[in-house]
Amino acid sequence: MSDHDYRPKSKVGQWFNDRLPLLTLANHLTDYPTPKNLNYWWTFGGILTFCLITQIVTGLTLAMHYIAHADMAFESVEHIMRDVNYGWLIRYIHANGASMFFLAVYIHIFRSLFYGSYKSPREIIWILGIIIYLLMMAAAFMGYVLPWGQMSFWGATVITNLFSAIPLVGEGIVTWLWGGYSVDNPTLTRFFTLHYLIPFLILGLVVLHIWALHVPGNNNPVGIDIKKPSKDTVPFHPYIVIKDGFALLMFMIVFAFFVFYAPNILGHADNYIEANPMVTPAHIVPEWYLLPFYAILRSVPDKLLGVVAMLSAILILAVLPWLDTSKIRSAVFRPLYKQFYWILVADVLILGYVGAMPAEGLYLLIARVATAYYFLHFLVILPILGFKEKTLPVPLSITEPVLGGSPNLASARNKESKIE
Amino acid sequence: MKNLFKLFSILIIIITSNSYSLAAEKVEYLKTDWSFKGLLGKFDRASLQRGYQVYTEVCASCHSMKYLSYRNLAEKGGPEFSEAQVKAIAASFEVTDGPNSDGEMFTRPGKLSDKFVMPYDNVKAAQAANGGAYPPDMSVLVKARGGGVDYIYSLLQGYEQAPVDVSLDDGVYYNKYMYGKKIRMAAPLSDGLIEYGDGTNATVEQMSKDVTTFLMWSAEPHLEARHRMGFKAIIYLIILTTLVYFSMKKIWSRVKSEV
Repeated sequence: MSDHDYRPKSKVGQWFNDRLPLLTLANHLTDYPTPKNLNYWWTFGGILTFCLITQIVTGLTLAMHYIAHADMAFESVEHIMRDVNYGWLIRYIHANGASMFFLAVYIHIFRSLFYGSYKSPREIIWILGIIIYLLMMAAAFMGYVLPWGQMSFWGATVITNLFSAIPLVGEGIVTWLWGGYSVDNPTLTRFFTLHYLIPFLILGLVVLHIWALHVPGNNNPVGIDIKKPSKDTVPFHPYIVIKDGFALLMFMIVFAFFVFYAPNILGHADNYIEANPMVTPAHIVPEWYLLPFYAILRSVPDKLLGVVAMLSAILILAVLPWLDTSKIRSAVFRPLYKQFYWILVADVLILGYVGAMPAEGLYLLIARVATAYYFLHFLVILPILGFKEKTLPVPLSITEPVLGGSPNLASARNKESKIE
Repeated sequence: MKNLFKLFSILIIIITSNSYSLAAEKVEYLKTDWSFKGLLGKFDRASLQRGYQVYTEVCASCHSMKYLSYRNLAEKGGPEFSEAQVKAIAASFEVTDGPNSDGEMFTRPGKLSDKFVMPYDNVKAAQAANGGAYPPDMSVLVKARGGGVDYIYSLLQGYEQAPVDVSLDDGVYYNKYMYGKKIRMAAPLSDGLIEYGDGTNATVEQMSKDVTTFLMWSAEPHLEARHRMGFKAIIYLIILTTLVYFSMKKIWSRVKSEV
């Protein structure tokens, strides 16, 4: 890395930087050589950082007015909506921000799957990402409990009850999680505490995620290693900053549409009914972003195995770098993998759809087939594909296809822009 | 870029259609023109005032509205009664206050800062008076029902003679829009039930529309401010995005690559 040689111009800067090299860090971040062929799917990292900061800032503000008590939580949320200055705005940004966060993280994950960004030497970045994703799910779930509506209460009951599937100690663990014999005030207060804590853990992991990224540098749509800095790279500032900024603004327009014109469309109406332990809602459904895993959970007839299947569906991603045996990163040069990739995307969307439907009849059958295929993709198709697939020739540098090198590479380039 | 837009919109459609499909029982609700829909939708002020009249003369005998205060009735974006009117409205209710310096509870006329007086002291009292059914609090009712305003509007007009194959217990009524089609509330509205202060003809349809508008406001008291701000925010974002787009093109023209 060239920035080790960096010396601030001013005397004061040098004095400070010798003691705490923050200016070196800043210089590294602005000069960071980035592949110049990154497409818009690569802008979601920046968008996710924005989402995290938005959630933390709005969350802090909400926490100043929210009361974590079973008798007062629902009322305090209404107080925020009615009497706190712009409380409605802050709460709607926070609630829809969670959905936007997951929308962005799913695009980010599927981008990585398409371009093989999880492969060597980026396994640690990928695993850190999976841990962040897991923490996000925990934070989102606990956040949904805080308004103490019907879906909050019953969602919390269903999810915490999953732990009772653990043999021998299950029941004890559930009682311990609840802090009592049912979901009640102790559960709410600890969920609030953890909901407050987790975003800061995520923030720390995001720093590690970016740090780990800055060691090998970004993957790119062609998926080849590049020399840095070189003709193939541009400095992060201003090139990537302005491009990420543009993509972020587009994202914010969608975000704003939800906040201002459809703030409750992604939530469930039942959550505007105060929690009532005596009345069970007709259908208990999680938020949309958890539906695929909910479908996997319900597709297994045995409770314990269902929980195991659901957890495996997420944890299997952590070993993905070793399940995918192909040496080629980008799906652009993997004609077969590309097709299986899109089948996987469809499979996950189908799982999400059936997760919202009652687990019976045809829906259950579809859920079971889709669950089986999900695991088949990772455990069978990917390992075999790496050996069997005939890949397309890979260019030696990014500049080559961009400048229209050999005809072979130009066709690869065309294929790539189709995906964009 | 075009494909990015396409994929984005597909994703959004999937997400929103997913959440629509959560309302499992599909019923075609009655439709009417709501003035508060749309990018700059506002409440119909006269309808809100009539809606309050329906609420207070009909609904309020059983349904509480515990998150609203009398002052809200005079606030901008709501029914916007004059302050004098709202003071008179509040004063017409007896509010229990105290304890005073003798340690006694006492009643006094309502003030602007008081919450809407509840018809029953607690849930149990409400159930006892209504054959075991609890008339839900109406503050956020339209947001707490899958069909929202269309559902409430339809429900109020959905009372029918029960089909012959449906048997109803005592105190249960047939309503084709109710979940399970059976409801514990008798048809609350009938033509000419109340006399509107502004001379509007009080048909069931008119009263349903007015009171539903009022309930939309009670659930979303800042809806007008939200629409106004949203409109400005999105216009601002579009202009800024365009400017940033051209700046990006300019900056990237220095390197041989596409953006």
